[in-house]
Amino acid sequence: MPKEQQMSVSVWRGGATGAFQSFDVKMEDNQTVLDVVAWIQQYADPTLSYRYACRVGMCGSCAMMVNGVPRWTCRTHVNKVLKDGHMEIGPLRNLPVIKDLATDMDPFFDKWIAAEGLHHPTQTRDDPIETIDPANAARVEINAGIECINCSVCYAACDTVAGNPDYLGPAALQRAWSVYNDSKDANKQAILDAVSGVGGCHNCHSQGSCAVHCPNDLNPMNAIAGLKRETARNFFKRRT
Amino acid sequence: MTLRLYMAQRITALVMAPLVLMHIAVMIYAIQGGLSSAEILGRTQGSILWFAFYGTFVVAVSIHAAIGLRTVLSEWAGLRGTALNAVAWAILALLLILGMQAVYGVTAT
Repeated sequence: MPKEQQMSVSVWRGGATGAFQSFDVKMEDNQTVLDVVAWIQQYADPTLSYRYACRVGMCGSCAMMVNGVPRWTCRTHVNKVLKDGHMEIGPLRNLPVIKDLATDMDPFFDKWIAAEGLHHPTQTRDDPIETIDPANAARVEINAGIECINCSVCYAACDTVAGNPDYLGPAALQRAWSVYNDSKDANKQAILDAVSGVGGCHNCHSQGSCAVHCPNDLNPMNAIAGLKRETARNFFKRRT
Repeated sequence: MTLRLYMAQRITALVMAPLVLMHIAVMIYAIQGGLSSAEILGRTQGSILWFAFYGTFVVAVSIHAAIGLRTVLSEWAGLRGTALNAVAWAILALLLILGMQAVYGVTAT
C-alpha cells in the first residue's frame, strides 16, 4: 500500500496576538481549504475556532487568509494554493480577530449601514408592486452588485482599509452604489452624503485589489468610480 | 479624504495640466539661443501676465500637494484629526510662501 501523502498546514491560533501552529493533514484527491480546517478541528484539535455555513460559496462566512491572500475557503481547492506541500491559513485581514480563524465582522457590516447601503422606500406595502424594466441602464448597473455574498474578501484585500480604519471599504460602497441606482429608492441624497465623508468613496486609490480578489468576479472599484462621478456632479449642482 | 478635499485636488489638477504644458513649451522655446538669467528676467520682470501665470501655478500646486501629502501622512504615518489638518495647513502655507516668494523674485522690477 502506498504511503499516504501529507501536507503541512500552519494555522493561526490566538487573538490579535498569537502564533501559527503547524498540523500534518492527509491529502485527498478533492479537498478544499475548508475541508482541511474542518479536518484539523475534528481530528487534531477540537478547540480550533473557525466559521462556515453553506460550503458551496453562497453564504460568505468561510473567508480566510490563505498564504496571505483572502479567499473563500469552501471553493478554494488545496492543490491550487499548496506550495511545496505547505500552506498557511489565517484570519481575515483588516478585522479584529476573536479567536483563531474567526474574525469580528461587526466593523464590516456597521460600515454597510454607515454607507447608507439600506433601502429607503418610496411606497408602502399597500401600493401595487412597481414594474422595473430589466434592460434599464440603472438596473443593469445594479446586476453586478447584487451578486455580493458579504464575505469580506474585498475588505480584507483593500490596502486603503488597512491604512485608514475609517474607510467604508469596497463592499459597503458597492452596496451604496446598487441602492443609489435603484429606482425604488427614495433618498439618494442620503447615500451621496454618506459616501462623501471622512471615510467615504473618495479615499479609494483605485488599486483594484477588491476586483482582483472578489470570489464572484465583481468589481467594487467600478462601483466606487460611479459614486465618485455622481458625488462630483452633485457637488456643483448643490451649489448652483 | 472628504468630497471637498477630493474636489479641490481634482480641480487644481485640471488647472495645472495646461499650465504644465505651457511651462514646458516656454522652457523649450527659451533655451533655443542659450540660457541666461538676464534673458529670463528680461521676459518675466514687470510682467503681470507671467506673475498671474506662475502665481496661479503656485496656488494650484500648493493646494494639490498639501492634500496629497495629507493623505500620505494619514495612511502611512497614522496622523488623524487636528494634528493631520494642522500639518496639512502648514504644508500649504510653506509651499505658498516659498512659491510666491520665487514668483515675486522673478517678476518684481
